This record gives sequence, C-alpha cells and structure tokens, in this order.
Amino acid sequence: MSLDRTDVEKIAHLARLDIAEQDIQEYAENLTDILDLVDQMQAVDTTDIKPMAHPMDAIQRLRTDEVTEGNQRDLLQTVAPAVEAGLFQVPKVIE
Amino acid sequence: MFEKTLAELAQGLASGEFSSVELTRSYLDRIKAEDGALNSFITVTETQALAQAEAADQRRAAGDADAFTGLPIAHKDIFCTQGVRTSCGSRMLDNFISPYNATVIDNFNTAGAVSLGKTNMDEFAMGSSNESSFYGPARNPWNNDCVPGGSSGGSAAAVAGRLAPAATGTDTGGSIRQPAALCGITGLKPTYGRVSRYGMIAYASSLDQGGPMARTAEDNAMMLNVMAGFDPKDSTSIDKAVPDYTLTLNNSLKGLKIGLPKEFFSGEIDPQITAQVQNAIREFEALGATVKEISLPNTHLAIPAYYIIAPAEASSNLSRFDGVRYGHRCEDPADLEDMYKRSRGEGFGEEVKRRIMVGTYALSEGFYDAYYKKALQIRRLIQQDYVNALAEVDIIMGPTTPHPAFKLGEKSSDPIAMYMEDIFTISLNLAGMPGMSIPCGFANGLPVGLQLIGNYFAEERLLNAAHQFQQATDWHKQAPAS
Repeated sequence: MSLDRTDVEKIAHLARLDIAEQDIQEYAENLTDILDLVDQMQAVDTTDIKPMAHPMDAIQRLRTDEVTEGNQRDLLQTVAPAVEAGLFQVPKVIE
Repeated sequence: MFEKTLAELAQGLASGEFSSVELTRSYLDRIKAEDGALNSFITVTETQALAQAEAADQRRAAGDADAFTGLPIAHKDIFCTQGVRTSCGSRMLDNFISPYNATVIDNFNTAGAVSLGKTNMDEFAMGSSNESSFYGPARNPWNNDCVPGGSSGGSAAAVAGRLAPAATGTDTGGSIRQPAALCGITGLKPTYGRVSRYGMIAYASSLDQGGPMARTAEDNAMMLNVMAGFDPKDSTSIDKAVPDYTLTLNNSLKGLKIGLPKEFFSGEIDPQITAQVQNAIREFEALGATVKEISLPNTHLAIPAYYIIAPAEASSNLSRFDGVRYGHRCEDPADLEDMYKRSRGEGFGEEVKRRIMVGTYALSEGFYDAYYKKALQIRRLIQQDYVNALAEVDIIMGPTTPHPAFKLGEKSSDPIAMYMEDIFTISLNLAGMPGMSIPCGFANGLPVGLQLIGNYFAEERLLNAAHQFQQATDWHKQAPAS
C-alpha cells in the first residue's frame, strides 16, 4: 500500500488537520511505511475469529436515568477560547 | 532523605522524624536545583504542594492520618488536576487549566497525598522517548544524552533522579514499563479496568491504563492501594474488590511457575539485556521458582495490530480538540472549517498528526474490514496466546525492552524504529493483563528492566514476586550520580 500526496491531502481533510505544503511528502512516506508494517496482519487467516474490543468482553454498563450533576456551565467555560453570554463563540456558520 | 522509599518516608512521618511540610519543601528545593538538567516536570505546583502538606500535618496531628497522608508524589501531566494546567505534553492544551480532577487525583487527595507537580510526557502519550513533548524531552538521569523512555518519561526521570519518591504514569503500549526499565525504577501497568480512566486524557481508550511508578515494588503496592478501584464515572472500570496489595508482598515464591516466552529472547535484542534477564531468572529459581519455556506465537503481530487500533481510537478521541470549547484556537479563522484545521494543525505535533492520519485512514470508507476489524481479530489471537500460556505458568518473564536507553535524536526521525522499541510491552495492552518492569542490572552503564506478566487481576502476585526479588537483590537501590 503506497500513499501519494493526494491521499495525504484527502486524509488530512477528513481529519480536519492543516498540513504544511512542504510536509506532505514526508507524511506520505511515513504513512506508507506504517501501512507496510501493519500489512503483516493480512497474511493471517482470521476467518471465524471474533473481533476483540474489550479485554474482559465487558458490555456497556447502564445506570438509571436521573440527574446526578448540577449545572457547571460557568466553571467549564473558564477554559473556552471565546464565550459570550454563556455561549461558545465560533466563526459565522450560516449567512 | 532522597534515598528513602515511600514506605520509609511514611515511617518517618508517622514517627515524627520530619513533617510533611519539611519533606515537601526538601523535594521542592531539590526539583529547583536539579530539574534544569532533567526537564522532568512541566509544572511544579509549589504553593498547592505546601498547602497540601500543611493540611496533611494537621490531619496527622488530629490522629486521622492514612498510610499515604503527607507523602509527596508527582503526577503525569495526563491526569486532569483542578486549578492546575494539564497540558498532556501538547501545545493544544498549553493553556488548559483543568476545571475538574481525574479520579486518580481525587483518590490521592482523599488519602492526603501531596502533589509536587505535573511531569513531562510524550505529546498525548504518543511516543517511546519523551521527544514528542511540546515542552522538550525529559532526560535520562543515568546519562543526560539519553532518553528516559516514554511516554511517562518525566515520571520515570523524576523518580530515578530522586526528584520525587514516586509518580503516576499511564501505559497504552508500554508507557509505564518502558521508561521504568530505561530509568532503572519499578513500574506497574495494572489490569485494564483496575484503575479509573476518568479525567485521564484519552489516547486509545481500550488500551489506556494508569498505574504507579516508584523505586520499589512495595512502594508500587502502596500507590496501587490508593489508585485502584471501581469508578462509576469510567464506563470500562471493573467492579471488583481491591485487596491491600502490601499484605501479600512477603509470601514465599516456593513453587512459583515462571514461563519464558521464546519469542522474547530472539531477534533484535541486545545480548547484554538477555544476559541480565537470565541472571535475574536464576535469582528467582534460587527463591524457589521453577522455570519453563513457553511460546506466544503471535507476538510479531502485536505492533501491526497496535498501530491500527491505537491510532484509530486516537483519531476518534482527539476529534474533541476543535478549538471550540477548550484548547488552542488559531488566530482570525476565516470560517469554521479553517478554524478546525488550523487550530488542530497548530496545536498538535508531528507524531500526533501522524497517528491521527493513520487512524482516520484505517477507519475511512472501504477500509474498515481490512484494517480495524482485522486488527481486533489479531488482538484476540494475541490475548489467547497469553490465556493459554498463563494456564500453564503463574508469571511470564522476559526483558521489558530490546535495548537500553538510546541517545536523544537517535530514533526520532524514524517512526518505525521507535515503534519497535515497544515490541515486548505492546502485546500486553492488547491482551489487557497486568505487567511490571523492575530493575535487574545494567548494560553499558544504563539500567535494564525485567518484565513480569500475570493473569487478569494478578497484581498481588506480580508485586509479591517483584518484592521478593528486591529483598534478595539491590538493583533497585542503585542511584545515578547526581
């Protein structure tokens, strides 16, 4: 599996990452190396092997649907880059 | 005072030999004097530490002290600490003053521990050398030209350099055990789900596990007593009673069955490491253990599977850093997409971007079965290897790393070479079982780590075996020249 500049640009867009023009080639080479490394997996027959997502095969724990935490908006917004009137500010989305 | 273990310091506090304020002040002074060379701390919390120490002394005076009350430790800068910058080694969180505590931090606060500060680490715990930290690499106290390992490299360097008697770490592919080995200290990665992940900034959620790093197994046991336990705030936390890990340290090792995986003693490994590990195994035999060769046949697939699973989970976990609610935001974004892309492009370093892109690619349309599903199937094969082996033996032993600490810059331009340093540690995270690294000798003047691996929730047995080894040897007492 070999990735080229177009692939890297597409992946970077999907990941919403701004990549400097001069770094694209190096990322293409690094990612190709990593994919070559992981390709060893393809030689193994895994038919009928159940994928393992959790070491103890635990299932999602559920709790009763009740309010357990109070409103902490002001506290949590102390670390926000831009806030106005209790709202997170972002660039204009709708014209 | 700086050669005392946590257990010895606890005795000193209990007997009134010194107060927590005195103890804390000595460590803060030592950090000031020595950490310029080591760079093991990102943030030193002097004011808070002295306030905690004072409260601990008052608590002791009131007759209300626990085993941990007044003991100073350091925390990896991945554990959210209320009112303190929690950077995760990243520019992204350089300005992040956590509004809440991780459960691990809460547990230490409840026990009355003192936090000296937050230790250096690879950015978002992605690395094996500490070189991906936004704050520059921590350095190995045994040789300042060498890396301390990673990602919990700052914690390992601080403990080995006697800047803190103990520290917390996290281990996703070896990030406690590998730096413990490279710095000559004792570290434990618990069973997945044993220590709460709440407030521990996520890298790969199905692999991440917090654990203790200190000089001795006994100190690790004291730390784990505070750290372990069920937490309703972590959906993967395991609801299982926590034993007192210090009570079984002195059990005899007579009849202990040790398995040596042949895959851990072949291939690219420094012969000096093999020799030191074999000496250590002979010591265990002298303590009454028996040894047999075993096989973990899918070991070679662990790094390939890990480098799909971990980046895939990371790409999802790190999507939360979008410049909206917290973390770095770029200047003057043209629109929302520009804000996302530039904030993330500027906030994340190279290795983090690399892993986000690998994960994004592996999870993108049309590739899921070939990469992510395949890796999860391989993961089960690796787990089965361990389950089968641990049906025959009590503890698996081998080297923690294939090489001793390497030079700064030696592997930083070759990601694959760096990944291969985790060859003996990474499979255990996939399996979810507990593992330790303890000092067992030197190679070219640099520490060598012996790895101990046990079955799910066998932390008591690992700590017991490590403690008995440390009663019979003094590798863990060796200190770098300061």
